[in-house]
Amino acid sequence: MHPALLGLVTVAIGVGGCVGYFYGANVFLDKVLLPAKGPNAGRNINRANQIRPWIFLFPALAALGIYLAYPVFATLRLSFLERLPGNEYAFVGFDNYSRMFAEPKFVEALWNNVMWLIVVPAASTFFGLLVAQLTDRLRWGSIAKSIIFMPMAISLVGAAVIFKLIYEARPEDVAQIGVLNHLYLNYFGGTDPQQWLTIPFWNNFFLMIVLIWIQTGFAMVILSAALRGIPEETVEAAIVDGANPFQIFFKIKIPQIMSTIVVVWTTITIATLKVFDIVFAMTNGQWETQVLANYMYDKLFRANDWGMGSAAAMIIMLMVTPILYWNVQNARKEMR
Amino acid sequence: MDGMAGNRPLVVWALNISVVLLVALWIFPTLGLLVSSFRTGDQITSSGWWASMFPAEQTLQVRAQDPDDVRVDAGNGVFVVEGNVFVEGLGDPLPIDSWGTSSRAIDAYQVGETADLGDGETMLLAEDGSYVWQGNDDQISGRAQRMFINATVPPEFTLNNYKFVLFNPENAEGMAKAFFNTLTVVIPATIIPILVAAFAAYALAWMDFPGRALLIAAIVGLLVVPLQLALIPLLSLHNAVGIGKGYLGVWLAHTGFGLPLAIYLLRNYMVGLPRDIIENAKVDGATDFQIFTKIILPLSFPALASFAIFQFLWTWNDLLVALVFLIDSSGQTTVMTKQLVELLGTRGGDWEILATSAFVSIAVPLVVFFSMQRYLVRGLLAGSVK
Repeated sequence: MHPALLGLVTVAIGVGGCVGYFYGANVFLDKVLLPAKGPNAGRNINRANQIRPWIFLFPALAALGIYLAYPVFATLRLSFLERLPGNEYAFVGFDNYSRMFAEPKFVEALWNNVMWLIVVPAASTFFGLLVAQLTDRLRWGSIAKSIIFMPMAISLVGAAVIFKLIYEARPEDVAQIGVLNHLYLNYFGGTDPQQWLTIPFWNNFFLMIVLIWIQTGFAMVILSAALRGIPEETVEAAIVDGANPFQIFFKIKIPQIMSTIVVVWTTITIATLKVFDIVFAMTNGQWETQVLANYMYDKLFRANDWGMGSAAAMIIMLMVTPILYWNVQNARKEMR
Repeated sequence: MDGMAGNRPLVVWALNISVVLLVALWIFPTLGLLVSSFRTGDQITSSGWWASMFPAEQTLQVRAQDPDDVRVDAGNGVFVVEGNVFVEGLGDPLPIDSWGTSSRAIDAYQVGETADLGDGETMLLAEDGSYVWQGNDDQISGRAQRMFINATVPPEFTLNNYKFVLFNPENAEGMAKAFFNTLTVVIPATIIPILVAAFAAYALAWMDFPGRALLIAAIVGLLVVPLQLALIPLLSLHNAVGIGKGYLGVWLAHTGFGLPLAIYLLRNYMVGLPRDIIENAKVDGATDFQIFTKIILPLSFPALASFAIFQFLWTWNDLLVALVFLIDSSGQTTVMTKQLVELLGTRGGDWEILATSAFVSIAVPLVVFFSMQRYLVRGLLAGSVK
């Protein structure tokens, strides 16, 4: 069967199955299992209402359990095992972790990731806030915001292609088609065209720019809404007291949107932690640009070392955990 | 009331200019890709795309006709080859600025000037592109003389790249197949989680049962679990139950990974719906199932649309999940992101192919983005954990 047809059939089966399940289960509960009539009608209704939430939740909980909760524990377990020929596993304790930390490529990936985590959320939030503030009262602000938001829709791989064109280097005697080398040679006194992505250390920043370009729009949208939400009176009062625009921005506005800034920062931090496509497509970790997610992919699917790959995945999980904990705490506080 | 700018014209100008600069900086990369996708490979390599909007001086390379076929014996041991560079290969006539016969001096001669190629061999190139190449028997034979022609080329754009990338059946690296594969992945992977999540979100928002708060907290926690952890355990699971690598696996995986955000977004929205409507319906004897399908679902349309756009963009742009759960060694099920990565490896310098392929893959998300931006923004505002 043609895959597209298969896709349509799947949509039909999936949607039909879902509707059928929800409808059927409800009918079964109300009409067959606990009918709301006869001598026990009142008790039956109460019981049915206790069971019903779980009918509504079951498909979602099953999918979440299998696709997100179970893998966390399975990966944790795999990280302590070594795969032997013949689908056997041997318990090796922390051996995978110690071997991994002894690998220079892993240490490089870890440091690079830390660098990404410092630079990308900070830069994206900064530019997002800058654009949000500058366009706040601008008549054509929504168009400007729309354009800066646009990279959000572009895939990381597409963005990788876009920026590879910017970083492109051609031999010295022909025209440069990468804008960075063009500027470097013509306006910044460069003498030779540079292969930007192969210059260790600095190439990390050339990769980070791609993610900053994408994430700035996200930061801008959220922060722009937060700025709009600031009560007018606080700003007016500051103006009456003779505050200049910078004081208003830093002393009145920033403190009021601080919690939103933290949310934006942590959300981008998580996206940064998982960064894979950009490195995979642009350098594949060569020239000292390795990051954890790509290192993990290498181990799992190229070296076929599930133990070390899982250990690397657990390191990513470990780095996410503080934010996970903090988010859960906040969500519970909000519910109370 | 103006917070930052005041009403001083100078400040307003500075504000406008800095926003213009930022916007230009942000759109410049994408514009480069778009413009490049409409240029030929020769145009791309001979000048930066930013120069393509204006007439540009280009160096064209051409050879005279094969002397062994067309040379004419002019007597006295002199042989002549005549022709016209535009007629023979360069296309429409262009104004020639200068020309040369060696790559070391590509602008050695003016039009109408006779180039001395040594030992009596000469070449004459006229303004209309016609040339006369003459010399003795030995000189006018074998490989034809090369010419470098510097001409002013008007801006020119072509659709041929798109024809080649999308509609050329002989192009094994074309995007048409990958485009349909991506579409095949995306549609079920967008629709199915919405339905599953909507029921769960309703239960979490409007039904009372023990453990509800705990479940909501768990979903907030699952929001940030990196899907990297899920790769190996789930691939093993898929292999164990016989799904293996394929569309079914990738649909299920996208459904699972999309659910936390879907439930979270929809629950937050549904909680905000007016309590009266739901309680009145209950008093009138409506069951939860009826309330959900007849009242909650239609009212939640904006939230459903927000999530649908998120999930659409995320599955369309995804590389990792497709690599792990879908694409097998046969390569029949490759998606566009994977195809682009392949092209970056095999056609690294062919920017006309790369740019066009990349633009094909980002065109649909861009259309969705610009037409549904309102819902996307709303979803972002509701979805960022506060």
